[in-house]
Amino acid sequence: MTEYETVVGLEVHCELATATKLFCGCRNAFGEAPNTNICPVCLGLPGSLPVINRRAVELALRIGTALNCTAQRSIFHRKNYFYPDMPKDYQISQYDEPINLGGFLELVDGSRVGIERAHMEEDTGKTTHVGGGGRIREAGYSLVDYNRAGVPLVEIVSRPDISSAAQARAYVDELRSILVATGASDGRMEEGSLRVDANVSVRPAGAAEYGTRCEVKNLNSLRSLERAIGYEVARQIALLESGERVAQETRHWDEGDGRTHALRSKEEANDYRYFPEPDLAPLVPDARLLAAAAEGVGPMPAERRRRLSELLKAGPEPAERRDGSTTDQVVTVVDLGLDELVHGAVTAGADPHLSLARAANEAAANPDAAKLLDPIAFAALLKMESSGQLSATQSKEVLAELMTHGGDPARIAASLGYEQMDTAALDSMVDDVIASNPEEWQRYRAGEEKVAQFLLGKVMRATKGRANGKLVAAAFAARRSV
Amino acid sequence: MTARQAPGIGSVAGIAAAVRSGEISARSVLQSSLERVADLEADLHCFNAITAEKAMADADAVDRLVGSGLDPGPLAGVPVALKDNLCTEGIPTTCSSRILAGWMPPYDATVVSRLRCAGAVPVGKTNLDEFAMGSSNENSGFHPVHNPRDRSRVPGGSSGGSAAVIAAGTAVASIGSDTGGSIRQPAAFCGVVGLKPTYGRVSRYGLIAFASSLDHVGPFGKSVKDTALMLQQMAGREPLDSTSADVPVPNYLDQIGQPVRGLRIGVPEEYFGEGLDPEVRSAVEAGIQELAKAGCEIVPISLPYSKYAIPTYYVVATAEASSNLARYDGVRYGVRAREGKTLAEMYRRTRDAGFGAEVKRRIMLGTYVLSAGYYDAYYLKAQRVRRLLASDFDRAFTKVDAIVTPTTPTPAFKLGEKMDDPLAMYLADIFTVTANLAGIPGMSIPCGKSREGLPIGMQILGKHFDEPMVLRVGHAVEHAMAG
Repeated sequence: MTEYETVVGLEVHCELATATKLFCGCRNAFGEAPNTNICPVCLGLPGSLPVINRRAVELALRIGTALNCTAQRSIFHRKNYFYPDMPKDYQISQYDEPINLGGFLELVDGSRVGIERAHMEEDTGKTTHVGGGGRIREAGYSLVDYNRAGVPLVEIVSRPDISSAAQARAYVDELRSILVATGASDGRMEEGSLRVDANVSVRPAGAAEYGTRCEVKNLNSLRSLERAIGYEVARQIALLESGERVAQETRHWDEGDGRTHALRSKEEANDYRYFPEPDLAPLVPDARLLAAAAEGVGPMPAERRRRLSELLKAGPEPAERRDGSTTDQVVTVVDLGLDELVHGAVTAGADPHLSLARAANEAAANPDAAKLLDPIAFAALLKMESSGQLSATQSKEVLAELMTHGGDPARIAASLGYEQMDTAALDSMVDDVIASNPEEWQRYRAGEEKVAQFLLGKVMRATKGRANGKLVAAAFAARRSV
Repeated sequence: MTARQAPGIGSVAGIAAAVRSGEISARSVLQSSLERVADLEADLHCFNAITAEKAMADADAVDRLVGSGLDPGPLAGVPVALKDNLCTEGIPTTCSSRILAGWMPPYDATVVSRLRCAGAVPVGKTNLDEFAMGSSNENSGFHPVHNPRDRSRVPGGSSGGSAAVIAAGTAVASIGSDTGGSIRQPAAFCGVVGLKPTYGRVSRYGLIAFASSLDHVGPFGKSVKDTALMLQQMAGREPLDSTSADVPVPNYLDQIGQPVRGLRIGVPEEYFGEGLDPEVRSAVEAGIQELAKAGCEIVPISLPYSKYAIPTYYVVATAEASSNLARYDGVRYGVRAREGKTLAEMYRRTRDAGFGAEVKRRIMLGTYVLSAGYYDAYYLKAQRVRRLLASDFDRAFTKVDAIVTPTTPTPAFKLGEKMDDPLAMYLADIFTVTANLAGIPGMSIPCGKSREGLPIGMQILGKHFDEPMVLRVGHAVEHAMAG
């Protein structure tokens, strides 16, 4: 059997998080009563004219900057086709002169996916076919909501650089965090803020030419994206293996049966008759706009992950985490925007690995609160934990309190009764445990390490968790070596 | 001053001054306008709608302002007629198309609200060729307009109604739109003044689009001065039209009456060649002679790309029209064909029943020139020729201050004469389309008459935003011909 490789290019439509629509002053809002955010312009009433939303241009430029694209003079085109959700029966979009050209996106694993372009266009309204299973042909009637008509979109077109369903998912996941990080979008796939179409093809491994591609639509989640590409790749390979050819067509992903289905070829036989939109002037990003766009774009996740990893190199990685979980923690922390917190804590003297671990696990449980954490207070807490003043369990409790109510970690620890046990009390507790568990103590002394946990557990139970595990372990170890 | 003067009801400046001073009431001016409409409308069909009640309320509002010592504006009480492709809030706006029958815009076009703000009183919506596509007004989906100067003849088009109301004296001023000559050609046929300003000078917001890059809104008047006074209130940057220009608006009266001695007037040979009616030629040459007598230097010039203007225009205009008119699909407003089992069938039937033959012809032409495989050969090439044509004018205006040509090759033709020959009809715009393609201002002024007594128009073209020069030269000719 021939070996095949997968070639995927993605088109991601991103709704921009502007207050108003792309060409009029109507509110850009999701989930409101149908046909309430409309005006002559976004309804395409005769005589109305579009006026570009400067904020949308700025956000589009931000996306371009974040994706390492080149911003250029661009023009709008009209894409002509008839459909009831399109008020003017043409969509104002960009064609051969897009605002952002060429770029790349770096994924978590360090791989790069090329970006062809990221252009601006207006969204359409939403059609609901009533009756007949929701398909237009069988429907009794159709309802159109124009609230979404004219909402600004940026369409991000990748190069066909993606070689697996998992990488496609990682790409969208990374793109989503970038869009959120730049403030360009809320990134909500379930609300349609982010919509993905996948161009999928396969070819014999190492072949120079691309295979015939199919465009897969209706991918409403990362999961369906991954499943649909997996299905489509298998389908195409099966076709080729049985000597058939892949037909170039648009296919619809059905989440229910887990398959893609060809749309009627008639429905896609469109000649869009693109031509330059005469109602809008060319878009020449001026210095002020470019500056505003650049200002809105901080370091991108890939860069931030790099910076965070650098930070960790400063301290030795604890043995128990040498299993790759550090990488996951870095991704989580950057994704949640908690990397600044970690940097701040380390600068204030906290252990880098501990900072990362607490940020990725405990702080991540409540990222909104965590973002408001004072890095100095966070560092103070971590230092208490490192020095053994607080046990890990205690430290987590204090952190939870710190996130909900703020304050000083030392006071919180005191108010929770986490005063450090004095050494004398701890010593007598350890001696008591040794006295009442002579058999285990002997095994421990003989070098049976796993018994240590048993002994430690006894002390912890007796102290109701107040003892610092590290100190207790040290106390047992000290007595063994005597 | 009496409100009723034959033919018509005085000048824009005269009425506004009399109304503002309280000498006459806006109501009485309006009444005499409406009386004249009642006398003539059945024969002329200038109007698609006469909004007497609303106009009366507007006139009374003007009079109340005057009564309370407030200024109702520079066009106080001036009855104006609006081409029925300008949106008017709460007043049906049809483009003389069955497909828009009964449609009521929820907003006023910018020019309409600006005129209202200036105190003008809109009296009604004037008839036009359907969606402004035509040169005779016979393409109206309702009824053709008759030329008040000779009722067996067309008033020109597409702003035939707006030109005819001035000739008939049923309005003092009116607004039209000009995509390939639709203001200047009917102005010439009806013997009135019609001005197409520079592209971007007057907001297109609320003008129902035919061909967006060629559409202009402009005024008609009985005189150059009336036309200038109207333009004064219409011109200027407006944020709702992205193509409206951020160029200061001069006082358009300033250069009117200024001597024209020493001005260089270009006469392009291409506009005096084959196909030009000898009577039109001699009338326009007589007009040019008057300018020479007044001290202008007459400069023969050449605009070589003008010969490609008609094909270029019909590619660009129809391409844009095919897209602009897509929205009339029966889904949201206007007329919807009831039958039709599928969406496509509903679209087809609605558009088949709603559009007239010329509109369909242009939609098909425009769809064709934009189609895959034809775009480069037609649309792209036409855009290139358009740029060359515009640079013809740029070059010419380095040598001359204004260009003078006949407005039309012939005087008004008979109703029905060209209806079976679309190409012959298209050639009626041969001298006017160039200014739309180049975006420069152009005005038609009356310039003598044929032996049969039909008006002949002279076209004056100027540089971008040099309406003052166009008005100045126009006024000089007007003055000399009257004298």
